[in-house]
Amino acid sequence: MVTLRVNGEDRQADVPPDMPLLWVLRDVIGLTGTKFGCGIAQCGACTVHIDGQPIRSCQMPVSAVGDRAVTTIEAIGNTPEGAKVQQAWLAVDVVQCGYCQSGQIMSATALLARTPNPTDRDIDAAMSGNICRCGTYVRIREAIKQAATGQPQGLQVIVDGSAA
Amino acid sequence: MNARIRGDEGIDEARRSALKLAGGGLAVAFLWTAGMGPAFAQMNPRRQPADEAAAIADGNPPFAPNAFIRIDADGSVRLVMPSAEMGQAIYTGISMMLAEELGVGLDQIKVEHSIASDALYGIALLGGGQITGGSTSTRGQWQSLREAGAVAREMLIAAAAAQWQVEPASCSVSRATITHVPSGRTLGYGAVAEAAGKLPQPASVTLKDPKDFTVIGKPLRRVDSPDKVNGGTQFGIDVKVPGMKYAAVRTSPELAGTLGSVDDAKARAIPGVVDVIKIGDAVAVVGEHYWAAQRGLDALEIEWRHGVNEHLDTATLVAALQESSRNGPALVGRKPKGEAAAGGKAVEMTFVTPMLAHAPMEPLNATVHVTPGKCEIWTGTQVPTRAQKEAARICGIPLEAVTVNNQYLGGGFGRRLETDQVEQAVAFAKQVTYPLKVIWSREEDIRHDRVRPLYFDRISATLGDDGKPTSWKHRITSGTVLGRWLPAAMGKDGMDSDAIECAADLPYDMENVLVEWVYHVMPPGLVVGWWRGVGPTHNLFIVESFIDHLAHTAGKDPLAYRRSLMKPGSRPLGVLDLAAEKIGWGSQPLPARVGRGIAVASPFGSHVCAIVEVEVTAQGVLRLRRAVVAVDVGIAINPSSIQAQVQGGVLFGLSAAMFNGITLKDGMIEQSNFHNYRSLRINETPPIEVYTVNSGESPGGLGEVGTAIAAPALANAIFAATSVRLTELPVTRTSLVESAEALKHVATIGSGTGDVA
Repeated sequence: MVTLRVNGEDRQADVPPDMPLLWVLRDVIGLTGTKFGCGIAQCGACTVHIDGQPIRSCQMPVSAVGDRAVTTIEAIGNTPEGAKVQQAWLAVDVVQCGYCQSGQIMSATALLARTPNPTDRDIDAAMSGNICRCGTYVRIREAIKQAATGQPQGLQVIVDGSAA
Repeated sequence: MNARIRGDEGIDEARRSALKLAGGGLAVAFLWTAGMGPAFAQMNPRRQPADEAAAIADGNPPFAPNAFIRIDADGSVRLVMPSAEMGQAIYTGISMMLAEELGVGLDQIKVEHSIASDALYGIALLGGGQITGGSTSTRGQWQSLREAGAVAREMLIAAAAAQWQVEPASCSVSRATITHVPSGRTLGYGAVAEAAGKLPQPASVTLKDPKDFTVIGKPLRRVDSPDKVNGGTQFGIDVKVPGMKYAAVRTSPELAGTLGSVDDAKARAIPGVVDVIKIGDAVAVVGEHYWAAQRGLDALEIEWRHGVNEHLDTATLVAALQESSRNGPALVGRKPKGEAAAGGKAVEMTFVTPMLAHAPMEPLNATVHVTPGKCEIWTGTQVPTRAQKEAARICGIPLEAVTVNNQYLGGGFGRRLETDQVEQAVAFAKQVTYPLKVIWSREEDIRHDRVRPLYFDRISATLGDDGKPTSWKHRITSGTVLGRWLPAAMGKDGMDSDAIECAADLPYDMENVLVEWVYHVMPPGLVVGWWRGVGPTHNLFIVESFIDHLAHTAGKDPLAYRRSLMKPGSRPLGVLDLAAEKIGWGSQPLPARVGRGIAVASPFGSHVCAIVEVEVTAQGVLRLRRAVVAVDVGIAINPSSIQAQVQGGVLFGLSAAMFNGITLKDGMIEQSNFHNYRSLRINETPPIEVYTVNSGESPGGLGEVGTAIAAPALANAIFAATSVRLTELPVTRTSLVESAEALKHVATIGSGTGDVA
């Protein structure tokens, strides 16, 4: 039995110690916002935070987490950077299929927490571990800049349905 | 309005009629056909018998005027989505079409996945099936969904007008509220929903003039965005069913090989492993969670039986295609008009384009619960009614006993037009009593993809004194996707219209064009499938590379050469000129080993030109610097979605052209995961500018347009930068290096492995 601190709550899980955190979150705790994409830390879809640091949960044995705080996409909006990133993601309308976006948002949030005004190179370095097969990268870059500066970055302003 | 928008006059009459499906009301009633332009009403927007059942199953809401709209008494508006959402923003596009005529804001609606029903949601453009593919969703539903919205609006107005005892014509609607204009009285949709449900449908409705659109044409936020940024969206892989267990599977790595003996003693000893189950070519381990199932699978000792592909490899396959290309028989897709002028300069090239995997981010999965006489499926699919049919067949139960709960798709790209994975999950699930969630690992996903076909092309032309082609011959050799997937859509002569799309119908004004296709039968087990952009993605690489080569051979600028071959005022010329203007073609010299490449075409009823700018270092390292894309998709429903689809589509095509090729060895696919089946990453992605020509024509397809145009623009840019003309994909570094010797040296000191490709 392991005890995990997930999104501010203690969760008990009766799982083998070498079970990756990804599957504990998804199949045992029931938080399915964190995604399985490759299983070999190549795609970043499974990114979560451990004490604010982005990690690939498909490669992290649950026993290695210890008493550190796990934050997933479901709760990242409770952090100031997470909320800003989610808002910017909506403002620029980044998502397409959306499957990789949990991981993208977790990586972007960690970037902004450590580098409030990232350069293009900072963005490349922090985000190149996250694959998006739909190819939303142009908007991901815009959204990160928008989250950092609070200023609109896109060529077009996305409007919500109430404008019509 | 004329659906026929492309210069397909050169396609002979026999071919044109072969492209028509019997009974199809359209000029051409199937997808991916050479003659297909924008489409018209496909699905019946009026109430149908099957609607009643759907409405009852749906909780029998007060007002369900047709298959697409539900308005509850509390005023909430639910729109039922006949297409599958896989990232292409079709839920948003459909919502916009419905909302425009219904008179609601997008923020006021809730979207729901539709049930599986060909009767309600079948698309005639796709042979009547409920299918999301071929860039047909917007085209197929443009007219019908607006009419569906208008029908509901008129009934709601009629109900309000009756209550107020006023003329319906004196009422207006906005944001789900009806206003009696003279008196200023208002009623919400919810207040009249029940009464509206009892009224007869109007005999005819008037659709808005496009100039009065308030929703269509605006860059609206996707309706599915909010849940996709907080982890709330439920994809197929996220489904939770009480009592569900998890299965990890391994299918014979050798294509068409079968399962021999399995020693499962070690697997069953692993805590959490529940079951080991087998079918003819695969074995599954069931666990309390997916990790236990995966560990169990790895602990199996499996003996596979060889099949016919034991010695199959890529080189053999390419050689076989070349042999078929030489010997035919060739079917004619476009006949030349008149005789070619004598003499001139002959130019010929051959191309090999590789098999490709889809690798959607969400690995294939399906959750299936088989109970006596029934089967329930939860999965994300582009073909819900096909999945239903296959499950009924496997379980030996009637169609109605199978329920398909469609989910959001974590990418489709054509992969989820297949039901193989659902069929396999059903075959496993019927051996157990509990609901079974079967998830393919990424390795299974790539090794058992239904790949984009391998192609061999021979293309030649004769150039006259002015450098323009006086004749053009193109022979395509490949397997057939269409012939397996929808054989009824094959030509009477056996022609595959997908195989020649964008090869037979060129944007260039040429008379003497011969386009042929040779069908090469692929080995059993090597199943070829639809891959984003399908036939055009392949053909445009050949055609636009070759046109570029002809321009170079004639000593002409690639832009000027293309312009000289296009009809003044044509839509493809419009996008060519716009893209050239926006990138500043020819305005200033580019640095050494930097080049720009053009590609232009009219795939999927739209028109597109991409200009890609690359840099290639002396060591052969390719870097994307910039891309400019101009599109003419007719009426732009959501400019934001258009930009996103074009950017994403171009990147999908560039990714494949730069990195991807599925290869075979000993009958097995050699690639297995993102380390050896690469995908473009953000640090490799250039700025991509998208410009739109607003032509006012009916909407064309969009989801595949960017993908189809990407590879030739890239290849032509590489030529401009290096003088290397690519005739095979993907790009390899060794082919681009300035000096092979220098590269060898760099590789030796760099990595010590000498592996430079």
